[in-house]
Amino acid sequence: MNMPEGDIVQFDNVGLRFGAGREVLSDISFTLYPGSFYFLTGASGAGKTSLLKLLYLAQRPSRGAIRMFGTDVITLPRAKLPGFRRRLGVVFQDFRLVQHLSTFDNVALPLRVSGVRESDLAKPVADMLEWVGLADRADARPATLSGGEQQRVAIARAVIGRPDMLVADEPTGNVDPDMALKLLRLFEALNRLGTTVVVATHDLHLLQKVPDSLIMRLDKGRLSDPTGALRYPPRRPFARTEEDRA
Amino acid sequence: MSFFGREGRAQLVPQARLAGPMPWVIAIMVALTTIAAAGGLALSNLAQAARAELSGGLTVQIVEANVEERDRQAELALSLLANVKAVQTAERVADSELRALVEPWLGEDIGAVGEAVPVPALIDVRLSGAVTESRLKGLRALLKDKVPAAEVDAQSSWLAPVFAAISSLQWLALGLVVLLAGTSSAAVWLAARSALGSNRATIEIIHLLGGTDAQIARIFQRSIGMDALLGGAVGLGFGTAAVLLLGRQFAALGSGMIAGGGLSLTDWLAIAAIPLAGVLIAMFTARLTVLAALRKML
Repeated sequence: MNMPEGDIVQFDNVGLRFGAGREVLSDISFTLYPGSFYFLTGASGAGKTSLLKLLYLAQRPSRGAIRMFGTDVITLPRAKLPGFRRRLGVVFQDFRLVQHLSTFDNVALPLRVSGVRESDLAKPVADMLEWVGLADRADARPATLSGGEQQRVAIARAVIGRPDMLVADEPTGNVDPDMALKLLRLFEALNRLGTTVVVATHDLHLLQKVPDSLIMRLDKGRLSDPTGALRYPPRRPFARTEEDRA
Repeated sequence: MSFFGREGRAQLVPQARLAGPMPWVIAIMVALTTIAAAGGLALSNLAQAARAELSGGLTVQIVEANVEERDRQAELALSLLANVKAVQTAERVADSELRALVEPWLGEDIGAVGEAVPVPALIDVRLSGAVTESRLKGLRALLKDKVPAAEVDAQSSWLAPVFAAISSLQWLALGLVVLLAGTSSAAVWLAARSALGSNRATIEIIHLLGGTDAQIARIFQRSIGMDALLGGAVGLGFGTAAVLLLGRQFAALGSGMIAGGGLSLTDWLAIAAIPLAGVLIAMFTARLTVLAALRKML
């Protein structure tokens, strides 16, 4: 396969089915480039979450090839997957916070998994909580937080490790419009630092808030390409500089 | 690696110490293992002490109904044995001791030994070194002509069935220790699987955040290791108390043979190592169980 330089993710004719059922994803082929911002849209049941699961390595496809950071992750030994997962940030649709851990400890989790020392993680976690407006809830358990607060904890946990790629499944579904915009700005800020961002959403208003974003649409498990996001060579450069933005 | 290392302040697997059944199961196992091991070690000591005492001993019986002839042959046997280089000591058992020996069966009023009921004269002989078949044959040949009523027997041969029984009990104790270790491992296996099941969501999150199997296994390993340590300490306490109580009761029997079955410092150290072995077995079992379960995840 002729791979372009510097791609983050490449799907080639990927299909996914569970058991003997029909394919929930069919013939998925696309390439994600460093520093790009993608929205993944589609109706409920279109396969957005299934596609994201393949992206954050929670699922292996039934067929096709997936390369991530230049490596074939389908044939990759299990023991090497954690190293790839640490380069990803994931906001789960159902947040998946650890219920018996505090907000602080939930946000600190990726850093601790990566081996960051206790003395080195207090400040970044506190800063991140400050940023998402939860500094005063650092000791609260998830069960005592509102849906929007839990979502912000999930986002803080996903971005604290400065991942190479952020995958977010309906990240603004439970927050008010102001907080949704604030979170989008956080994603954009990360994107400007070079993080590839993939946001699954069915909120079409959100797409307009990030003008440079590219849109991938899923329809009944198949991918369409309304903005040419999947085309190669790309319709416009994906790796943007500060100068471009100015 | 603070979260997964020693300094971790957040506890990934929630746990209430000694609240769950696991530490108590381990405590019971360790207590039973302690008692079985102490019993096995005491039996081993008892057998060793008895063998050491009896290995160089033999008894010459003068089986003669006539009292004067019995005394004559006994004196002659003593003088012959005194000239044998391998014989360290040869002493005739006093009549009073013989009377005490037969008293439980024949009663107090049997008159002088050998008068009402003929009782053989006994000579207790100690050899330098163990009694062997060839030495026995030599002594029998020496006494055969001049002391025709003499019967020579190794003392250890009388206790051979006792030694065989002790040996069986030792194997039984060893078998119990092995069975209890196996049962403890099975209990830990079940506990680890249960803990995995109830913490599955947490484990999946750690997995998806890039946690390795070894990191997750270490969390469970440490948690179950702590349970095993607490349970082991409690079990050792109960087990030791039971052993001391049993030891005191056996000591009260005042039997010379049982007195040899006390536990040495080395034995106590071995018993103290039981909970530590339990911790190692528990941690090893937990690790294998968790790793095997994690391998089924992507």
